[in-house]
Amino acid sequence: MGVDLPMLWAIIIGFGLMMYVVMDGFDLGIGLLFPFIRDRADRDTMVNTVAPVWDGNETWLVLGAAGLMTAFPLAYSVLLSALYLPLVLMLAGLICRGVSFEFRFKADEAHRRLWDIAFAGGSYVAAFTQGVALGAYINGFHVSGPSYQGGAFDWLTPFSLFTGCGLLVAYALLGATWLIMKTEGALQARMIALARPVTIALLVVIGIVSLWTPAVHPQVATRWFNLPNIIFFSPVPVLTLATAFGILAALKREPHVVPFGLALFLLFLGYSGLLISLFPNIIPPSVSLWDAAAPPQSMGFALVGALFIIPIILTYTGWSYYVFRGKVKLGEGYH
Amino acid sequence: MFGLTALQLARIQFGFTIAFHIIFPAITIGLASYLTVLEALWLWKKDPVYRDLHHFWAKIFAVNFAMGVVSGIVMAYQFGTNWSYFSNFAGSVTGPLFAYEVLSAFFLEAGFLGVMLFGWSKVGPGLHFFATLMVAIGTLVSTGWILASNSWMQTPQGYAIIGGRVVPVDWLKVIFSPSFPYRLAHMTIAAYLATALFVGASGAWHLLKRRDTPAVRTMFSMAMWMMLVVAPVQIAVGDAHGENTLKYQPAKIAAIEGHWENHPGQSVPLILFGWPDMKDARTLDQIDVPHLGSLILTHSWNGGFPGLDDFPPQDRPDATVVFWTFRLMVGLGLLMALLGIGGAILRARGELYRTSLFLRFALAMGPAGIVAILAGWVTTEMGRQPWVVYGVMRTADAVSNHSVAELGFSLVLFVLLYFAVFGTGVGYMLKLVAKGPDAQGPEPEPGIAQRPARPLSAAPDAEPLLPAHGEG
Ligand code: HDD
Ligand code: HEM
Ligand code: HEM
Repeated sequence: MGVDLPMLWAIIIGFGLMMYVVMDGFDLGIGLLFPFIRDRADRDTMVNTVAPVWDGNETWLVLGAAGLMTAFPLAYSVLLSALYLPLVLMLAGLICRGVSFEFRFKADEAHRRLWDIAFAGGSYVAAFTQGVALGAYINGFHVSGPSYQGGAFDWLTPFSLFTGCGLLVAYALLGATWLIMKTEGALQARMIALARPVTIALLVVIGIVSLWTPAVHPQVATRWFNLPNIIFFSPVPVLTLATAFGILAALKREPHVVPFGLALFLLFLGYSGLLISLFPNIIPPSVSLWDAAAPPQSMGFALVGALFIIPIILTYTGWSYYVFRGKVKLGEGYH
Repeated sequence: MFGLTALQLARIQFGFTIAFHIIFPAITIGLASYLTVLEALWLWKKDPVYRDLHHFWAKIFAVNFAMGVVSGIVMAYQFGTNWSYFSNFAGSVTGPLFAYEVLSAFFLEAGFLGVMLFGWSKVGPGLHFFATLMVAIGTLVSTGWILASNSWMQTPQGYAIIGGRVVPVDWLKVIFSPSFPYRLAHMTIAAYLATALFVGASGAWHLLKRRDTPAVRTMFSMAMWMMLVVAPVQIAVGDAHGENTLKYQPAKIAAIEGHWENHPGQSVPLILFGWPDMKDARTLDQIDVPHLGSLILTHSWNGGFPGLDDFPPQDRPDATVVFWTFRLMVGLGLLMALLGIGGAILRARGELYRTSLFLRFALAMGPAGIVAILAGWVTTEMGRQPWVVYGVMRTADAVSNHSVAELGFSLVLFVLLYFAVFGTGVGYMLKLVAKGPDAQGPEPEPGIAQRPARPLSAAPDAEPLLPAHGEG
C-alpha cells in the first residue's frame, strides 16, 4: 500500500492538538482572567459560558495522548518521561480546575473563595506547564535507543520558561475574546479593555519567540532563512501583524465574534509556524516520524476508526455548541 | 523515600491513582444507566417521582463525573510518564485500544454531557433523553475498551514479538482475549452493584430519618430489586471468571487459594481463613473445608490444580495479599446477595420500608460495592505480578528511568491532592444525598424555557447569588 501511515497519523495528532489548544485554550483562558474580575456574579457568568463544553474540550488532550501512544509509542514514552515533572504539575492543575466547575457552586460560602483560587490557580499552572513543555519540545531531547537519557530538569531553560509565559498570554487572549463573544454589559466591556493589552503582549511574545528560536536552533534557522523557504515564509509575519491589528481595530467597534475569530487565526499561524520548523521530527532534534512509528498493523487499525469517527465527533460537538449558543446573561444562567 | 525503590514507588503511584480513579467510573457507569432508566420511566409513565429522582441523581452524577474525568486524565498520561518501557514495547496494542476508547466513548460522553446536565430546558424531551442515553452508552463502551486492554495484558494473544516489541497480528484475538468476556461481565455488574448499593443506602438513610416519601421509597425499592437479581448473577459470573483464571493464570489461583503443594489425585480443600506465608511457602493457621476447593474450581470431588510450589519463587505473586483481598470481595458479594434476598422477603411481607434493622444493614452496605471493586482489582493486578504483560514482560522491565526523588515528589503531590480534592468532592456528594430527592423546588419541564436558572452547575447547592451591581 502506498499510504504513508505515519504522515497521516501526524496530521491527525496535529489536528487533535490544535483542537485542544483552541478549545481548552479559551476555557483555560477564563481561569487566567479570574484574578482580574472580582465580582462573584461575573465570575459565575464566565464559568457558565464553558461549563457545558469544558469536558469535551479537554478530551482532545486525551486524544493527543492516545494518538501518540497508538502511532508513535516511542515518542509517547520518551516525551512523557522527559517531561515528567511539568506534566505531573499540569495534571495537578487540571485536577484542581476541572473539579472546580462543580465545586465552586457546591461549596458553602466560606469555601467558595478556595475553589475560585483552585480554578484560577489550576488554570495558571496547567497553561504555564503546557507552555514550558512546548519550549522544552522545541529545545529537543536526549534520546538513545528506546528511552530518554536526559536528566530530570532538562526541560527547565530560560527559553521554556519564556514559552510558558507566552502560552499564558495566548490563552488569556482566547479567553478574553471568547468572553467578548459570549457576554454583554459591564463584563464584556471589561474584557474589551483587557483584550487590548493582551493582544499587544501576544504580539511581543510571538516576535521574541520567532527571533529566539532560530537564534538557539541552527536547524530551524537554516530551514527558515534559506531560499526559497524564506519567500514562502515571508507572508507569515505580515499576516500575524495584520491579524493582531485586526483584533485591535475590531475591539474599538462593538465587537462580537470577530476578535475571537481573529485570535484563533493568530494562534493557528503560530502553530503552523511551529510545525513547519520542526517537521518531520516527532522527537526533536533527530527522531523523525518514520523512526518512531508503530507497526503498520497498529496504525492502520486505529486509522479506520479515527477517519470514521472524528467527523461524527465534530458533528455532535458542533451541535452541543449550537444548543448553548448565544450570550450568557449576567447574574443568571442559561435562559 | 522510606527505603523504597523507584520501581516500588512507581507501582504505588499507579495503584494509588487508579484505585482512586475506579471509584468514580464505577459510580458513573451505574448512575448513567440508572438516569437513563429513570428518564425513560418519566417519559413513559409521566409520574413526577421519576423526574424528581432524575434531577436528584443527575446532580450527584455531575460531581462524580468531574472527578472521574480529571482522575482519568492522570491515568492516560501515566503509562508514558511512569511506564515508558512498557509503552514503547506494548503501546502498539494498548495504544489503538485506548484511541478507540477516546474516539468512541470519551467524546460521546463529553459531547452529550452538557446537554444532559444543562439542557433540560434547552432541547425537547426526546432529544434530552437521547443525550442521557448516549452518555450511558459511552460509559459502557469505555468499559469495554479499557477492559479489552487490561485483559490483553492479563491473557495476551494475537500478537508477535518483532524487533523487541509487540506487533499485533490479529486484532479480534487481541480484543477478545480469553479473560475479556469474563472481566467485562464481572466489572460491568460490579459497577451496577456498587451504584445500587449507594442508591439503596441513600434511600435507607432517609427512611431511617423518617423521610418516607414516594421518591425515597422508589429509589430504595429499585435498588433492592437490583440487589436481588444482580448479586447472585455476579456470584455465578465470578465463579466462571475464576475457572478461566485457573486455565490461563494458574499461579494467581494458587495464590488466591493459599494452595502450595499439589498432589495429583488428592483433593484440595477450600481454605476459608489462614495466613499464606511467602517465606515458609505454606499457609499458617488454616481453617478449611475438605474437597470444596476441588469442587469449586474443577467441579470434581478429587480434582487437583497447580500449587504455588509448581512455580519458581521469582514467578509467584504475593499470596498473602491476594488471599485476603479475594476473601474480602467474595464475602461482600455474599452479603450483597443476602441483602437482596432479605429485601425480597420483607417486601413480600410488606415491611420493606419500616424494618429498621434491615434499613441499617442496607445503609452499612453503602460502600460495600466500591470496597469489593477495589479488593477485586487488587486481587487481579497483584495476582498477575511479577508480570505486567502476563508471561511476556516483567513489571520491573516496564518502569521509566526516573529517580526516587522525582517519583517521591509526584507521589506525595498526588496523595495530598487526591485526598484533599476528591475527599472534599465525596463530601459534597454525600451532602447532596443528605438533602434528599424532595428538597428541591419545582423543576422546569423539558423544552419549556423557564425562570432564569441558577448559576450553571449541575449541582447548585448554595444560595443563588444576586448580581452585586444591577443589570449590566
Ligand atoms: C471499568 C471502567 C473503567 C476503567 C477500568 C478505567 N476507566 Fe477511565 N473512565 C471510565 C471507565 C473506566 C468512564 C466511566 O468512562 C469515565 C468517564 C467519566 C468517569 O467518571 O469515568 C472514565 C474517565 C476517564 C478519562 C477521562 C475521559 C474524558 O476526558 O471524558 C480518561 C482519560 C480515562 N478514564 C483513562 C483511563 C485509563 C488510562 C485507565 C486504565 C489504566 C482507566 N481509565 C480505567
Ligand atoms: C480500574 C481498576 C484497577 C485497579 C484498582 C487496578 C489496580 C492496580 C494495582 C493495585 C496495581 C499494582 C500492583 C502491584 O504493585 O503489585 C496495578 C498495576 C498495574 N495495572 Fe492495574 N488496576 C486497575 C485497572 C487497570 C487497567 C484497566 C489497566 C490497563 C489498561 C491496568 C494496568 C496496570 C498496569 C500497567 C500495572 C503495572 C504496574 C504494576 O504492576 O505495578 N490496570 N493495578
Ligand atoms: C461472590 C462471588 C465472587 C466471586 C467468586 C468472584 C470472583 C472473582 C475472581 C476469580 C476474580 C479474579 C479474576 C482474575 O484476576 O483473573 C475477580 C476479580 C474482580 N472482582 Fe470478583 N468475584 C465475586 C464477587 C464480586 C463482587 C460482589 C464484586 C463487586 C461488586 C466483584 C468485583 C471484582 C472486580 C472489580 C474484579 C477485578 C476485575 C476482573 O478481573 O474482573 N467481585 N472476581
